[in-house]
Amino acid sequence: MPELAVLLLLPLAGAVTFAFLGASARAPEANAAFSGFTALAAVVLAIRVLADGPQLAMRDLFHVDAFSVFLVALTALVGFTTSLFSRPYMRNEVVAGRVGPTALRLYHAMYQLFVGTMLLALTTNNIGILWVAMETATLTTVLLVSLYRTPASVRAAWKYFILCGVGIAQALFGTILLYLAAERVLGGGGTALLWTQLEGVKDQLEPSVVTIAFVFLLVGYGTKAGLVPLHNWLPDAHAEGPTPITAVLSGLLLNVALYAIARSKVLADGALGTPLAGNLMMGFGLLTVVVAAFMTLRQTDVKRLFGYSSVKHMGLITFAFGMGGAAATFAGLLHMTVHSLTKSAIFFAVGHATQKAGTQVIDEIRGLVHTSPAVGWGLMLGGIAILGMPPFGVFAAEFLLLTTAMSAQPWAALVLLVALAVSFGGILWRVQAMVFGAPNLKPLLHRPAILPVFVHLGLTLLLGFYLPPFLAAWYREAARLIG
Amino acid sequence: MSLANQLVDLIAALMLLTSFAMLAQRRLTALVDLLALQGVLLTAATLVAAWVTGHAHLYLSALLSLVLKVVVLPTLLRRLVRRLDLQWDREALVNTPTTMLVGIVLVIVAFNLALPISALSGSILRGALGIALASVLLAFLMMITRRKAVSQVIGFLAMENGLFFAATSVTYGMPMIVELGIALDVLVAAFVFGIFFFRIRETFDSLDTRHLETHPAGEGEDV
Repeated sequence: MPELAVLLLLPLAGAVTFAFLGASARAPEANAAFSGFTALAAVVLAIRVLADGPQLAMRDLFHVDAFSVFLVALTALVGFTTSLFSRPYMRNEVVAGRVGPTALRLYHAMYQLFVGTMLLALTTNNIGILWVAMETATLTTVLLVSLYRTPASVRAAWKYFILCGVGIAQALFGTILLYLAAERVLGGGGTALLWTQLEGVKDQLEPSVVTIAFVFLLVGYGTKAGLVPLHNWLPDAHAEGPTPITAVLSGLLLNVALYAIARSKVLADGALGTPLAGNLMMGFGLLTVVVAAFMTLRQTDVKRLFGYSSVKHMGLITFAFGMGGAAATFAGLLHMTVHSLTKSAIFFAVGHATQKAGTQVIDEIRGLVHTSPAVGWGLMLGGIAILGMPPFGVFAAEFLLLTTAMSAQPWAALVLLVALAVSFGGILWRVQAMVFGAPNLKPLLHRPAILPVFVHLGLTLLLGFYLPPFLAAWYREAARLIG
Repeated sequence: MSLANQLVDLIAALMLLTSFAMLAQRRLTALVDLLALQGVLLTAATLVAAWVTGHAHLYLSALLSLVLKVVVLPTLLRRLVRRLDLQWDREALVNTPTTMLVGIVLVIVAFNLALPISALSGSILRGALGIALASVLLAFLMMITRRKAVSQVIGFLAMENGLFFAATSVTYGMPMIVELGIALDVLVAAFVFGIFFFRIRETFDSLDTRHLETHPAGEGEDV
């Protein structure tokens, strides 16, 4: 599959190129070009998988099915639009004197490498390589979180590094245990960690080992997905890094971590024959939603505010996957899509807003709509969309999740509703104050990238009232794979 | 009891001992030495496994451990400790005797957790799983209780050692491609840590590394 090779090698080539040329005048455009062609390859790959079914490549080293290719397409798309946003954003940062040439080289190289590792995590057939790719994704972003070298950013990056390092080590232990269970059925050598092999024998895996393995995997990848009580790194990392990185962390990395959890759950369900894995995920999900909703009330930093909003949405999706079944999983997949699109759109708008205001403090950002109507409306609509107001896609996903939960888990549905209402109050009035209100902002030298914001919001809006048949079929197929 | 079994038991016992020693050790250079010693033990365990099973890839894996965990990482850390002029990590959240007691509890937990798993493993090293898990938890404990960034990094690497030891003991290591990937990650992580230390020093605008020891701006996070 040539498009798979392009998909994985292009970001790598980009990273090498930018390691040398990342500070050149046209680097932001080149960054967008690399990401654009990667997205193109992802689309070609998606079309092939949709037409011909799951694909194996390179002696079974790579495996792409409906579930992973949907995330590949989403990751590559958001990677591309974020690179478009990053163009004026980073130029403005250079003008403001916040980044120098070395930082720019690092930034562009790591941006490509980060997208590349996530695509590797999604396309690999080997759950050991999945772990390696997740760890590399952490390592690529940790230096970006502290790109500005402020004390707060260095502290945030250190926390991110240590917490995710420890978390991901748990996931490695889980992977080792899974390998132990698989080796007894499949024999030694390289094949016992291949997803395609594991899935075939999942009902023969030793339940006691798989139980422990799943707990470790859930805790490990759950740390990366920002599940409470392992979410501590997330708001800081979101707040302190450059905003394009915040957008991809929130819109993409969290999804990939959830992807790993969902895959682990399939194996655990197959081996155990009990709803233990799903129950654990629902518990974590519920706790995450509630804690994150209340935390949004206390935030004064706009990027932290939306960081907690991401935590909440990860909780909702984990809950949906934990509940399982066709409808809930469908809701979870739709939620992943619309959350990525909406949240990155919000961060694009927030990025420009904070540059205009020169601060991330919510109380000091006022009257966006007066000085820059497009950014202001982008943020307002994004805020409304992420809170699950109709007719945006998040509403459709949350509605489907809640109605399913009403019949299956009524008490949990009630808790979710309360938490959603709380975060609604926490976010809406703050966004409204930033968008309307007396202006206090300064103009920027490089014009903000408005297009990505509205493309994302447009897509979210579209998904709110019309789900294209191919996408619905795609979700159903993916839901069948992991339900 | 065969020679291989006895060797494995000896290595495992020494592994546990080094883990406890790390928990108690406050001098950073000695801590790095202990980390290197763990690397030696890991290499030895892998060699025993290679000798028993005759798998060629285990010799490669042992070589990898030797190069990475005995030579490269400790050298990097030693240089870092010297360059940053760090000597001691005296500040700890919990005093040493209490830490040791908590450590003993962790070992018991680890053995209980490992019991059902190692019963399933066909490896001759399976008895070592409890100890491997115990080293992981002890390293984790060390990361939690120490204040200094370097100590936390050493704890992180010790945790990685424990995980490798676990993989070696229950399944004779992971598939080669995964092991290579993990080794690469650990190496990259070490470099990132290195860059980080200098970034911390530069950010807190001083060559005085006391800024590394004390946490810069209140709250619970420690750099």
